Amino acid sequence: MLRRDFLKWSAAAGGVVALAPRAAFGAPGARYSRLLVLVELKGANDGLNTVVPYADPAYYALRPRIGIKRDEVASLDERFGFHPALAPLLPLWRARELAIVHGVGYANPNLSHFRSIEIWDTASNPDEYLHEGWLARAFAGAPAPAAFAAEGVVIGSNDFGPLAGGSARTIALANTEQFARQARLAQPTAASGNAALAHILKVESDVVHAASGLASGATLRTEFPQGPFGNAVRTAAQVVASPGGVAVLRLTLNGFDTHQNQPGVHSNLLKQLAEGLVALKDALVELGRWESTLILTYSEFGRRAQENGSNGTDHGTASVQLALGGRVAGGFYGGAPRLDRLESGNLVHTVDFRSLYATVLERWWGIPSSPTLGGRFPTLDFVRA
Amino acid sequence: MKSLLAAALVLPSLAHAAAMGVDDARHLLGRTGFGAPPAEVREFSRLSREQAVERVLAAKLTEARTSPPAWVEEPITPRRVVRDMSPEERQAFQRREVERGLDLRGWWLREMLTTPAPLTERMTLFWHNHFVSSQQKVRAGQLMYRQNVLLRRHATGSFAELLHTVSKDPAMVIYLDSATNRKGQPNENFAREVMELFTLGEGQYGERDIREAARAFTGWSLEPDTGEFRWRPFQHDDGTKTVLGRTGNFKGDDVLDILLAQPATADFIAAKLWREFISPAPVSEAERRELANVAARFRASGYDIQAALRALLSTQAFWATANRAALVKSPVDLVVGTLRQFEFAVGDPMPLAVVTAQLGQNLFAPPNVKGWPGGEAWINSQTLLARKQFAERVFRADEMQPVAMQDPGRRTGGAPGGMEARQRFMRAALEIRFDAERWSAGVPGSASTTEIERLVLARPPVNPVPEMVGTRELVRVLALDPVYQLK
Repeated sequence: MLRRDFLKWSAAAGGVVALAPRAAFGAPGARYSRLLVLVELKGANDGLNTVVPYADPAYYALRPRIGIKRDEVASLDERFGFHPALAPLLPLWRARELAIVHGVGYANPNLSHFRSIEIWDTASNPDEYLHEGWLARAFAGAPAPAAFAAEGVVIGSNDFGPLAGGSARTIALANTEQFARQARLAQPTAASGNAALAHILKVESDVVHAASGLASGATLRTEFPQGPFGNAVRTAAQVVASPGGVAVLRLTLNGFDTHQNQPGVHSNLLKQLAEGLVALKDALVELGRWESTLILTYSEFGRRAQENGSNGTDHGTASVQLALGGRVAGGFYGGAPRLDRLESGNLVHTVDFRSLYATVLERWWGIPSSPTLGGRFPTLDFVRA
Repeated sequence: MKSLLAAALVLPSLAHAAAMGVDDARHLLGRTGFGAPPAEVREFSRLSREQAVERVLAAKLTEARTSPPAWVEEPITPRRVVRDMSPEERQAFQRREVERGLDLRGWWLREMLTTPAPLTERMTLFWHNHFVSSQQKVRAGQLMYRQNVLLRRHATGSFAELLHTVSKDPAMVIYLDSATNRKGQPNENFAREVMELFTLGEGQYGERDIREAARAFTGWSLEPDTGEFRWRPFQHDDGTKTVLGRTGNFKGDDVLDILLAQPATADFIAAKLWREFISPAPVSEAERRELANVAARFRASGYDIQAALRALLSTQAFWATANRAALVKSPVDLVVGTLRQFEFAVGDPMPLAVVTAQLGQNLFAPPNVKGWPGGEAWINSQTLLARKQFAERVFRADEMQPVAMQDPGRRTGGAPGGMEARQRFMRAALEIRFDAERWSAGVPGSASTTEIERLVLARPPVNPVPEMVGTRELVRVLALDPVYQLK
């Protein structure tokens, strides 16, 4: 199945160099023919107002002012409904290509944005400090084929998150044409030096490697939304259309730190998210990659169950995450945190965030997760075989 | 024998008293300022390290020399006024605000380019990246300007005073939601960040300390029409709070004093200064001891920033060869440093505001309350290529090409659009000029390739340098070398 996909795709891409299978995990070329698109909801997305427990009176007791009214939610079942701004995702939900994972978090939660996203990015325990992102570690153990233009492409952010540190070949870009134009300024060199210089030399070498592979010039029929996130989605589609091959794309949507006047801000962000994801789906279908792409959201934590005095929410803990794709088994996963069993006003997580990663590594890519995650975490069933 | 031994013991200190030379002078001026023209490097090269450090510290300003845009004195436009505008009025208002935002950035960049006190500007920028507020949320340029004035006034003064003042600065009150933190309706934003990012550092406090401190900060507010700070006693929670083991009927300033009394605060700030001036982190036991000493002197001085800087610049680590070229230039270092070092003529500094933003450092708008992460994070494929393109364009042979890497009108996120801004950008970019002949006349020594390399780079270039080329071409090659990104 995987193998056939890879061959089909590499033929379409104009012939990627065939690679010798690796003894340990089968053919890595086949493995990374399945693309992962991570969407970071930066600033901590409010899970309770994303997938609203509209049948629970405790929800409206906690959020008399900013709660989403029962008749406004886009209903998913008799208990939960999307925030109305996420209505564009309903067709994907009905087609069972969208999974909602409830209660994603970790024990002993840290409520600092910066520490918590570090925990997520490095897949560490809250009391453990790791320096490499979980994807950087995964690629160190199971590298993408050398013929790939890059292992990861980061769009619209200067921060590499799960791809940071380590030796992963990661490219940051805003626009594929501009990247191709400027890449001639990079030159290969055999020099070495201190950590800072080594970093610059590695970036330069990654640019040289990726230079020809990431320019597509493909014209897509899909229309993309206006705005920075729409532009990032367009660039993502251009990268997928390029001949070089990548294993991971990471997009970022900023601004979820809704301490104040949450309703308007959050609605606008979710609208951008929904429209961006729909456009991305359309582009992937157009490129024949919808079946071989998994889209996954993440965020450093959720928000406090009770609204604050500023029409907003303070930092919280567990939240809801979305998985989308042609091979996603739609539906709800994980247990919805109980609003009558809060800890210090916060939701208690039901799914460790590393279960999402284990699912990506084992079920999506078919590589063992323990070496990367430093332990066993149960996988979820949202990836169809 | 005996006298020989004595001489050997005395020698190191004699060497220190002697002229420090070009390499040390370039290092000191690059790290404490933004790069210096050859004549200044030559002048400093004749001083001892101690003399040079004292001279750098003595060149201190508390106010900018560059005149700010006239509008900074205008009253702010209250939000309700903006709300009531017609769509056309609002569009015109927003266009004007974008122009003003560019003027404000240009004003600060010009001050950095021309200041006789580069350390003051470096520290103003350091505090901007420590006590972060962003115009993205604050909106009013006047309030961002006032905060910048405040940061400069205290830039090398008292950290304690700076903390107390900036905490109640209107831009900060807006940025961290203090104005909506009220009795019975707490908003923890400021309470958390003041501990995590401004004083103690993560892990030095508990969630309960944050909740209690947030109550103490209630009552801090703003006058919506003027943007002035207001104390509103009726919104203040005057109950008993317990913060970091101390209990009392605390007000906001009391909590700040509790934070200042914690040794972790001096340690945290000293470590951040080390990252700014010396290296990403101390690497040896000796360096860790030197850092602890800087923190101790900072604390003993009652948080005198200048005392901390003197201690820092007197460490062996600051001067160590191993720590040369160990820091990545920020976009401001790169842009302002290039123009200062090579004595560019600059008319309207507006294109520089656009360029630094494109390189990832949009002044007055750090990405979040933690500020620009800096270090290696400045450099990825996108920013490295944009840096190289900047270097290539400014040292190009044909002077009639705009300096910019990109037309600002096509950018999103931070940079402005609109025909007028674009035209102004193109015009101003043409005026940014490098005069290679004049510059090389000021180079110490015989202006040999090696002399120029030592002036321009913090360590030898990685790529081969062509022989027998003109100064402009030589400088262009050096500025495209990976080492040019380091200081």
